[in-house]
Amino acid sequence: MFYREAGIFKTSYAADQALFRIPLDRLFVIGVVVAAIVVVPLISNEYWLGSIMIPVLILSIAALGLNILTGYCGQVSLGTGAFMAAGAYMAYKIATNFTWMPIPLVIVLGGLCAASIGLAFGLPSLRIKGFYLAVTTLAAQFFLLWLFQKVPWFVNNSASGVPTAPPRSVFGELVTGAEATPEARYLFVLAFTVVLAVIAGNLVRGRIGRTWMAIRDMDIAAELIGIRPLHTKLSAFAISSFYCGVSGALWSFCYINTVESSAFDIFRSFMILFMVIVGGLGSVLGSFLGAFFIFLLPIALNNVVTTFGLPIATETISHIEFMAFGGLIVFFLIVEPHGLARLWQIAKEKLRLWPFPY
Amino acid sequence: MSEFWFFLEVLLSGLFAGTMYSLVALGFVLIFKASGVFNFAQGTMVLFAALCFVGFLEMGWPVAVAAIVTVGIMVAWAYSVERLVLRHLVNQAPIILFMATIGIAFFLEGFAEFIWGSDVHPLNVGIPNDAWFVGPEGEMMIQQFDLAAAIIAGLLVTVLALFFHYTRIGRALRAVADDHQAALSVGIPLNQIWVIVWSVAGFVALVAGIIWGSRLGVQFALSIIALKALPVLILGGFTSVPGAIVGGLIIGAGEKLAEIYGAPAIAELVSYMSGINNISLGGVEEWFAYVLAMFFLLFRPQGLFGERIIERV
Repeated sequence: MFYREAGIFKTSYAADQALFRIPLDRLFVIGVVVAAIVVVPLISNEYWLGSIMIPVLILSIAALGLNILTGYCGQVSLGTGAFMAAGAYMAYKIATNFTWMPIPLVIVLGGLCAASIGLAFGLPSLRIKGFYLAVTTLAAQFFLLWLFQKVPWFVNNSASGVPTAPPRSVFGELVTGAEATPEARYLFVLAFTVVLAVIAGNLVRGRIGRTWMAIRDMDIAAELIGIRPLHTKLSAFAISSFYCGVSGALWSFCYINTVESSAFDIFRSFMILFMVIVGGLGSVLGSFLGAFFIFLLPIALNNVVTTFGLPIATETISHIEFMAFGGLIVFFLIVEPHGLARLWQIAKEKLRLWPFPY
Repeated sequence: MSEFWFFLEVLLSGLFAGTMYSLVALGFVLIFKASGVFNFAQGTMVLFAALCFVGFLEMGWPVAVAAIVTVGIMVAWAYSVERLVLRHLVNQAPIILFMATIGIAFFLEGFAEFIWGSDVHPLNVGIPNDAWFVGPEGEMMIQQFDLAAAIIAGLLVTVLALFFHYTRIGRALRAVADDHQAALSVGIPLNQIWVIVWSVAGFVALVAGIIWGSRLGVQFALSIIALKALPVLILGGFTSVPGAIVGGLIIGAGEKLAEIYGAPAIAELVSYMSGINNISLGGVEEWFAYVLAMFFLLFRPQGLFGERIIERV
């Protein structure tokens, strides 16, 4: 009744191809963004902002990146963590060597470095595909982390090997490092998330996104109709790694405040793959839903246990967490391969008829 | 001369380690050959089988009983995977099945530790663990344990290769791998075949788990080590049982040599470039296998012994 397409007439191609074709959709998304900017910092306490909203937003960026590669271009990657690490370490290197550089630029440059590394590791995708490729992305995961860990140049020869993120400010307000307020860090991360999400949404419905999807659906057929696999696959790898790199840099600068490789291990790569599967392969919205779901699930599990005072050891909870993750993945792949995003779509379709179904 | 013996010792220890990788890789090959599923959970199955086995031993059961009960559990596991997961994913894209097995791996990992706890369990099933010294002055050390493991791996591979080639079930397995629908239409029971092959893979996982477990202790890290079987597999070719062995030998020997001889060379290069002395670059082993496999695939995408991939639109 309230949400419907009937009566919305488009009079120009521009309107027909808009990012959100239904005014209510557009209003809703704008409303969510405004709420995220204004309402969330007002009503949340330090814990919610600093320990939940910030990491979830950062992981959403990484999930967006992996979704571009896996969901849209069909190349499975198990090396997401490594590309995040590349972004984090290179951003740290740039931030400390060029101290005059504004921090948003530093993070974008970190992302670009990650993109060039992703390009190199995407090269095998031209010869091999499917799970063969997945295994070669493991090479990126293990090799890059080893490199960052062992070569002291990347951490400016810091004695501990785990340097702290340098404090930097935007408009006179500290946004990185441990001293920055959670509100400032949150808004900084949110700005990146919104911009990158809009870019991703536009990329995937444009020419480049369509070539990705053609390659995903059947690469030989795509090649026959004149899509160049070299450009398509490598652009997907580069852009996906850029997203991952930005997210890694933000993770180090705005969330954990240190640059360390253990934050980007193979477990992180799997987590982000899970976010993409559970959220919805090939959906921008799904990346966000998946990130929220996978990040909040263990926290919710913990809360349930503590609120009801169940006599379960913390260790056991983490085991149950593993089982829940695994079970959910299988469940979603069998029952709803398009993930939470598809459930949202179904809900919208239902809402269209509500409260007067035929 | 002693340098030469040292080289030989490194090479041999690498080759022995390689046979242990191939034991895990074998489980992957079995399932891939028979169902076209790339089973990411094989490493976790190794951990699970070893944990069950060691758990029963610690309850005071004799080795044979523990082994038989564990095999029973692995068969039950195979049955439930077929029943609850694979059956619902017939005719899906291989990559979907692959991701489903990642889910299975996570589930099983949580399940195994939920039941047996996450402590390290030592395991001793009576494989001799002394060293022999070979060479004119005893320069080279050979662990009897490694030799025994290699022999077990060799035997298992021979038996499985014969099984695949000469038995009815083996032929049925190969038919299923080629084409699900064609196999169904000539009357091969797909579901039954899957249960069989997952059970055999479970058995291989148990053997691998016992050998790895008696070497390193039965612990969580086993499933990470088992990941190394993936490059082994790629190198040898997914569909080839001998390929798993040869791939294992190449990876095992290669990474040991890279660790001993390659790492200092890289460290020297890095310190020359950055002007910092005393860089130690241990841990080349961690990634060498994957990078080697990656470069290898660039030139031969189907692996050493894999069947040529022909694609049609």
